[in-house]
Amino acid sequence: MWGRPRKDAVSGREGLGISRPLTVISSHRGWFDWRLRQLWGCRDLISLFVRRDFVTYYKQTILGPAWHVFQPLLTTLTYTVIFGKLAGLPTNGAPPFLFYMVGSVAWNYFAASLNKTASTFIANADLLGKVYFHRLAIPVSVVISNLIAFGIQLGTLLVILIAFSVSGDPVHMTAFAFLTPVYLLMLAGYALSGGIIVCALTTRYRDLIHLITFGVQLLMYATPVIYPVSAVPARYRWVAELNPLTPVMEGFRLGFLGVGTVDMQQLAASFGIMLVLLSIGVMLFSHVERTFMDTV
Amino acid sequence: MATIISVEHLSKEYRLGLIGGAMLYEDLSRRWARMRGKPDPLLPVGQEQHARRIGDRFWALDDVSFEVEEGEVLGIIGRNGAGKSTLLKIMSQVTAPTSGQITLRGRVSSLLEVGTGFHPALTGRENVFLNGTILGMTKAEIRRKFDEIVAFSECEEFIDTPVRRYSSGMYVRLAFAVAAHLESEILIVDEVLAVGDAQFQKKCLGKIRELAGGGRTVLFVSHSVSAVVSLCRRAVLLRSGSLVMDGEAKLVTSAYQSDRPDFKLNDEVVANLPRTGTGKALFTSLEVVALDGHGKVLPAPVTGSDLELRTTLECFSDFAGANVAAIFFDASGYRLVDVNTALHGSLLTLTKGRRATATFRLREVLLKPGQYRIALWLGRDGVEEIDYVEYAGRIDIGEDVTRSKHIEHFPGVYQCCFTHELIAEETAPGPVGQRYRDA
Repeated sequence: MWGRPRKDAVSGREGLGISRPLTVISSHRGWFDWRLRQLWGCRDLISLFVRRDFVTYYKQTILGPAWHVFQPLLTTLTYTVIFGKLAGLPTNGAPPFLFYMVGSVAWNYFAASLNKTASTFIANADLLGKVYFHRLAIPVSVVISNLIAFGIQLGTLLVILIAFSVSGDPVHMTAFAFLTPVYLLMLAGYALSGGIIVCALTTRYRDLIHLITFGVQLLMYATPVIYPVSAVPARYRWVAELNPLTPVMEGFRLGFLGVGTVDMQQLAASFGIMLVLLSIGVMLFSHVERTFMDTV
Repeated sequence: MATIISVEHLSKEYRLGLIGGAMLYEDLSRRWARMRGKPDPLLPVGQEQHARRIGDRFWALDDVSFEVEEGEVLGIIGRNGAGKSTLLKIMSQVTAPTSGQITLRGRVSSLLEVGTGFHPALTGRENVFLNGTILGMTKAEIRRKFDEIVAFSECEEFIDTPVRRYSSGMYVRLAFAVAAHLESEILIVDEVLAVGDAQFQKKCLGKIRELAGGGRTVLFVSHSVSAVVSLCRRAVLLRSGSLVMDGEAKLVTSAYQSDRPDFKLNDEVVANLPRTGTGKALFTSLEVVALDGHGKVLPAPVTGSDLELRTTLECFSDFAGANVAAIFFDASGYRLVDVNTALHGSLLTLTKGRRATATFRLREVLLKPGQYRIALWLGRDGVEEIDYVEYAGRIDIGEDVTRSKHIEHFPGVYQCCFTHELIAEETAPGPVGQRYRDA
């Protein structure tokens, strides 16, 4: 609600009172004036947004949290039938059901977060037109809210994994599973940066919002979600390797199923790309955030 | 006293016609055409390059400067569209200025609306926390003030009930209660008082007065002259984006009231009002003047003053036997006054290309102080509606302080005497007609 306290230009002291923040509202704002400290000050707000999303979601559905269990199961079943049985895509020796489930749980989190953060301005125009708080609080809360669904789905996955291994199927969880928080952080980072970039662009190009769902769908096929990277013909392998989401998806599978390859260098590079993308996103977002109300 | 807010040369420009965003395709084809040295393919035929960029801009705020001292309660008044809301939006950082700057020394909370972010499925308690944090409080602050907030809202019993099941009065009370407990040095209030019942409005005003008395700096924006005078010692007057007066609240408000003899809607405004009807004739202007019993123009209408309503009509298709009516509605939508020419046995017959003026003189209009909406209706009773402008204007009736000692206002039946006059004449088409013909 208030800007970062700055040195008073005239007196050289901070504001007038002891804890008086000084806010200067002007037409100019630097490309790098991201006010991250202010965002940190919004953490109570973010936590309440997350709580609101959680509570209202479950108050309005009959199945409640169970929905998060059924949804990936149904998707997985569909993938197993279509890609596994009909198309006969390889799964690197892992049971197809598990293979698709790991892929769809991880991808779901990314896709849901990206789709929802992309419509931040449009979906919250009422709120944003009335009060100022750090605008990134909304997309950040979306990414966190979706973690709850991810957690439930991950739990389901673990239960099914145990069921499979009890029945003697070849399932080998590896130590790479401990990297899950890192993968998750990367998915969140990519979803957030992609979302806020699209969001910033939608203030100028309204039609992008219709493309985003479609674009995310296409991206899924371009990323090794329903197929392992090893199934990509050697000629096109470089395309898959250029995709920064590849090591993340492969990493998930290596951790939970013991199949796939993760090049640590590639993973680190992907992390770096994520940070760059996120910076670009925050830069664009803070740039349009100040005047988007005039166009929505 | 130190300066807590300083507004320097603040301007805000809006571009008309570009609202709603462009299509990516349009931008790309425009750029592609420019690259090949061709004219913009999307410009209307015959229009010059860049022509659309000029002329469709307007300045919502134009070089506004003022300062506010700590602890001062400043009233900001102006007609609709004078730039009040734009100023508030910039000050609350909802949108950025085009040029100029504002320096604020202290935390700012803005109440542009009560209940921002309330979610119907959440309980009162959950909404207090959500709304409070949206307005800039921390959870700890809210927890500390929670009991006080709930007590003020008078919703203790229902605090764990989803607000969806609240009455609208309870909803507003709870929302205002949260806002009233914000701890900030600067409070910006926009006509939030327009909501809730009369009793709660009084409570709100009382709370704002209390906050102001407690050393808080308050910017109070309102149409209501009486509210501004009772709350503020100083006021500024905005007119079409410019600050035209800054000084003692009483002087500024009286300047505001005599700005125009109560109000007059120009052809441009009337042309853009939503309307229904066959359109054989259209209302093109409305002017309302308040007069005392001797025909002297008053600065503002008060209970018991006379009102003169003058409206003009333009005819596009012949009709006969039409009734011209002006109707007053109160804030709840009740039809309180309906004056029409048929009541006096005269009906309007008009032929294409002619104009008519209808003047109603309402005598001793005993409407209680408050805001009323004026609607204009033209039609043949029971046969056809020719033109109906539901929101032709709004009138603010004040208390006649020279005469009245009455304090409590109750709803009831209102009556007044009136006379009328109808004149038809030749006309040249105005903007309304232009718009109608274009359509």
